[in-house]
Amino acid sequence: MWVYEKKLEFPVKIKKTNPALAKCILTQYGGPDGELAASLRYLSQRFTTVTPEAKATLNDIGTEELAHLEMIGSIVMQLSEDADMQEIKNQGFDSYYVDHGLGIYPASASGVPFTAAYLQSKGDPITDLYEDMAAEQKARSTYEYLLNLTDDPDVAEPLKFLREREIVHFQRFGEALRTVQDYLDSERCFVIPKPNFMNNDKNCGCKKCK
Amino acid sequence: MNNKRDSILNRLTMLDFMAVDLHLYLNTHPNDKEVIEKYNEIIKEAEEVRYEYEKNFAPLCSFRSASSEHHFNWINNPWPWSRKFNYYIEGEE
Ligand SMILES: [Fe+2]
Repeated sequence: MWVYEKKLEFPVKIKKTNPALAKCILTQYGGPDGELAASLRYLSQRFTTVTPEAKATLNDIGTEELAHLEMIGSIVMQLSEDADMQEIKNQGFDSYYVDHGLGIYPASASGVPFTAAYLQSKGDPITDLYEDMAAEQKARSTYEYLLNLTDDPDVAEPLKFLREREIVHFQRFGEALRTVQDYLDSERCFVIPKPNFMNNDKNCGCKKCK
Repeated sequence: MNNKRDSILNRLTMLDFMAVDLHLYLNTHPNDKEVIEKYNEIIKEAEEVRYEYEKNFAPLCSFRSASSEHHFNWINNPWPWSRKFNYYIEGEE
């Protein structure tokens, strides 16, 4: 289960309204490389991974991503909450406004609603961890593009924090992948169930089968 | 920091972040005694700061923290997503 703590992982306090930027940053809420996709990906994959290191890593990074989701929602809300109709119209926020008002809705910057198709849970611990490492890099790129669009330090500081977390997560997933590779190697056996049509020979010769 | 609440919250945020980060590290380096020690020190200090914050300001956890005579300390503003809850970090860069 989870425990909620009434504070952010990193403070978000933005003075200047900027609905155009809000619409871009929303992509890290519900876009293809966003925090919601990250959290659901890792928290789903953890059920079928194999080493203690990989289980803990997926569980705990999946949890931290929820704290990032909360930070992104806070940034988007603070950037847009005081916008007047003129700013909403002039800054291209109008298309979002007609669908969601000033509500925080999981969608990409271009308005595509969140979909689970952004993530995979393949039931193969190696495949999953490679996806996770790629996902962290994609999120890092996104934060860099967002930082290129940002000249407000109130917004840049939390974005820089989030970007750095993607780099740390990438590193941890790489280490977790190593434990999975070593584990599968040492068994000299496919512990991942083979598809039925490959399973003619039940005894693959490994320690477990003997 | 302009007030006591902000500086306590800042201290707690820093300690919790260090704990989160070291904890992730320990997941893949479970035998690193030096880091385990550091992690435990941080957890201990964070516990004290957490207690101080909750005693003076508001409960932090939805079902781990004792409520004061008024449960309003939990349900009332500010919530973490609002400007009012947060503070500016000093001495950055
Ligand atoms: Fe991440």
